[in-house]
Amino acid sequence: METKILWLLPLSPLVAFALIVLFTNRNRALSHTLAILSVVLSWAGSMFVFWRALQVGAEHLAEEPFHEVVDWLPIGDGFFRLGVQLDPLAAIVLFFVAWTIVMIFIYSVGYHNFGQPEGDHDEKGLPPHGATVVDEHGHKHKVPSIEPMYSRFFAFVSLFAFGMYLLVVSDNLLTLFAGWEIMGLCSFLLIGFWFKKPSARDAAIKAFMTTRVGDVFMLLGIAYLYTQVGSLRYADIFNPETLHHLATHPAPVLGMSAAGLIGLLLFIGTVGKSAQWPLHVWLPDAMEGPTPVSAMIHAATMVSAGVYLAIRIFPLLAAAGHETAFTSPMPIIAFIGAFTALFAATIAVAQNDIKRVLAYSTISQLGYMVAAVGIGAYVAAAFHLVTHAFFKALLFLGSGSVIHGMEHGVLHTGQHIDPQDMYNMGGLRRRMPITFWTFLIGGFALSGFPVVTAGFWSKDEILSEAFGLGHMGVFWTLAIAAFLTAFYTMRQITLTFLGRPRTEAAAHAHETPPTMTGPLMVLAVFAVAFGWLGVPEHFPVLGGLLPSWFQEWVGATFHGLIPEHGELTFSYFPLTVSLVVALGGLFVGWLVYRGVQRADQPDPLEKVLGPVYGVLENKYYFDELYSYLLVKPAYWFAAVFAFRWMDRTVIDGILHTVAHLSWRLGHFLRNRIDLPIVNGFGDAVAEGTKGAGRLLRVVQSGRVQHYMLMALVNAVALLALVYYFVIRS
Amino acid sequence: MVTTFVFVLTAAVMLVAALVAVLKNNLVHAAMGLVVTLFGTAVLFVLLEAYFLAVAQVVIYVGAIAILIVFSIMLTRRVGADWGQQTNATWPFALLVAGLLTVLLGLMVRGWAAVTAQPASQAVPADMTARLGAALVDPNGYVVPFEVASVLLLAALIGAVYVAWGGRKAEKDAQG
Amino acid sequence: MIPLSWYLIVAALLFGIGVYGVLARKNAVAILIGLELMFNAVLVNVLAFWRYLQPTGTAGLVFAVIIFAVAAAEVAVGLALFIAVYRRFGSSDVDDINLLKW
Repeated sequence: METKILWLLPLSPLVAFALIVLFTNRNRALSHTLAILSVVLSWAGSMFVFWRALQVGAEHLAEEPFHEVVDWLPIGDGFFRLGVQLDPLAAIVLFFVAWTIVMIFIYSVGYHNFGQPEGDHDEKGLPPHGATVVDEHGHKHKVPSIEPMYSRFFAFVSLFAFGMYLLVVSDNLLTLFAGWEIMGLCSFLLIGFWFKKPSARDAAIKAFMTTRVGDVFMLLGIAYLYTQVGSLRYADIFNPETLHHLATHPAPVLGMSAAGLIGLLLFIGTVGKSAQWPLHVWLPDAMEGPTPVSAMIHAATMVSAGVYLAIRIFPLLAAAGHETAFTSPMPIIAFIGAFTALFAATIAVAQNDIKRVLAYSTISQLGYMVAAVGIGAYVAAAFHLVTHAFFKALLFLGSGSVIHGMEHGVLHTGQHIDPQDMYNMGGLRRRMPITFWTFLIGGFALSGFPVVTAGFWSKDEILSEAFGLGHMGVFWTLAIAAFLTAFYTMRQITLTFLGRPRTEAAAHAHETPPTMTGPLMVLAVFAVAFGWLGVPEHFPVLGGLLPSWFQEWVGATFHGLIPEHGELTFSYFPLTVSLVVALGGLFVGWLVYRGVQRADQPDPLEKVLGPVYGVLENKYYFDELYSYLLVKPAYWFAAVFAFRWMDRTVIDGILHTVAHLSWRLGHFLRNRIDLPIVNGFGDAVAEGTKGAGRLLRVVQSGRVQHYMLMALVNAVALLALVYYFVIRS
Repeated sequence: MVTTFVFVLTAAVMLVAALVAVLKNNLVHAAMGLVVTLFGTAVLFVLLEAYFLAVAQVVIYVGAIAILIVFSIMLTRRVGADWGQQTNATWPFALLVAGLLTVLLGLMVRGWAAVTAQPASQAVPADMTARLGAALVDPNGYVVPFEVASVLLLAALIGAVYVAWGGRKAEKDAQG
Repeated sequence: MIPLSWYLIVAALLFGIGVYGVLARKNAVAILIGLELMFNAVLVNVLAFWRYLQPTGTAGLVFAVIIFAVAAAEVAVGLALFIAVYRRFGSSDVDDINLLKW
């Protein structure tokens, strides 16, 4: 029963996609109804399955996950089999995926201004500009207009939901990869949703290309894994014998075991998909897409898929890390995670666009999770994954609400300002209260505000594990990043909501409709409450009150597959550090930015940091570096080497030469052989015959005496013969 | 003895006359030569004891054919015109062929043993002519060639008249 | 007696002269004259063979008679043709009667 539902979970949004694309494109209400209905069905199915999983219990589910397999592709004398599976890890991921997707879909209805009139001169491919409306007094107002490509959006996000559900329910790496790639495609389609904007097109291509780099390595890893194991199903890979074999078998490069190399290659897929350094460059540019897209893809689901993969293959990584004969991939993973966390946090401090801050924040938080996997704390990584999905989706949707409110103000006042620049905002607390409070909850969760936010519990756990396992470099890096996280979050909240409006548009902003604020509130509940599912036992005061349900639940998934380490002794030190950096960062952020009063004021940090601020604002010039190192050479290769030299000169040269030689050959054959010899032969026969005739017809003189003469010559000759042979003998 | 002499004389006269017949430009003189040759042939027939044929020779050949030839010569020349050169350009070749032919024939005659035989011991019967006449109409004899020859003569007669007559008629039409 | 070969030689000579006349003369009548000489030579030949080989039979004589008839017919027709041709071409030179040339 449960497995049948598992098959149907991805199918529902896929059907919605097909129907919208084929049939209901013109009918906006029907399209969004179909889409929302489909994800609500998937949500219902997911909740049912999750409830059943809870009933079954973690250990039992880990031993016997809900699964069903089909023989899919005949290979050799067997089949390549694939199917669906739900173990505890997949169950919890399914939970947050279902909730966030439904919330985002509902939010999108309001975000794309359903119910508003069509724009004055809106065109498909550009964001809506607003419609002029005449009220009863004859006054003309400009109001937000409905998105021209409304149905298309819902089609794409439905396809996206299909991809994510497919990834979560799959029981093997192949369908996981299929879902991965489908999401990559939808990411491309949705980032480039407003396709007439060149920046959006470029951002879509950049996203696809960058994640592609990661995907190539991931595919190599999958292929290598398949050659070693002969199957891609989790059940076949993640069992002690296979893991032992992979961990002891040497790989051809880097001194790693097969498990290590596979783990590293698959991890590179995560680096691409979850925007870790050095493949982080696509995520900030991906903010070109509509905000629900940013929330969905870049907070709740797609980038989470990368971390989900990393956690899923954790037994492989642990096995590789356990064998001391080979190089372990774990330190690499931990380094990249920790580095990215700090690196992105420093950039976020200097960004003025409300969505860009959140983008870098996402990169940074994903770095936390990756670092956690790298140090072996996969449960903490999974915990942070779930809480982050909730509060980051909340923050993105909140920012979308803010931008919406700002746009309303822009249309109302006619001011041409960037509605996304935080320096143009201010005082929105009074104008948009629901958005403010939910955004505050989300921001505090991100900063790790103690106890009452989910982010605190998950982040604290990572720090504790890092400290407890002795990875001091990781610990301090993440701690500093946590401080910066709190700092830039408070900066964001202060600039956006606190103080007084710095522009007229901000002054005229008003709250967004319930379709948008509703999901915000739901997500805020999760952002607060979910953390209480994972209170560690040894936590002072609160520990023991609530069971550390999450740790047990997820921790059961890989039991028996990973070398166990003993219980960590609780220490107050990481907890103290965590509290200090969170509260301290929030306070310092408020302090520095509460004095900002004008929109054109320079950032207070500029004075403090000097030239460093410029570097941070320009993202360490990584985009320029990649452009110089990779993009321009690629372009050169295509335009000059491949096109001009190889294609035009070499290949066309060969073709032209062949053509020319053929022509010459034909010419030769025609003029030297065909005409003189063949025609000549024919002509010679004819001419010869004519000549012979001309010679011989002289005999026909018409004169009888000549004829008689010739007859007599013959007679004489005959006579002579007769005489000679007959008479003489 | 006498016959030999007569033969040689006759042969010589014949051959000379024949040469005249083929060499003279004046066609009337050539015709006369022909006549002499024909007479000579008649003499040879007498020597061969074919008396009837000798007479037939004179009557038919000399009396009809030679006259006819002379008539033709007269009818086909403009009065007072010069005869001109009557030998055509290929006469050396003709001479060669004729000569070769003659030589060959002569050689064949000499090399043929049966030919040098003496005349037959048999004599010509006295009623040879009567026998000839009987043979010509005898159904077991030569009546068929005889009749065919007569048909041939009829055809020749009609044909000659028609050909010669038609031409004159056409000429009259052209004039008129 | 005169050997048969003498008659045959005379006939051969006569025949040769006749051939020359046929081949080398321009006027059609002159050609006919040559033709007559040839006929005569043949007659002499036939009768000589008759007299020397089978004088009691009539075959030779009949042969000669038929030759007479044919010769006469032929001359008659030939001269009639020649008259007609002369009227058509205006010339008695056989070299001018060459319409059937190439």
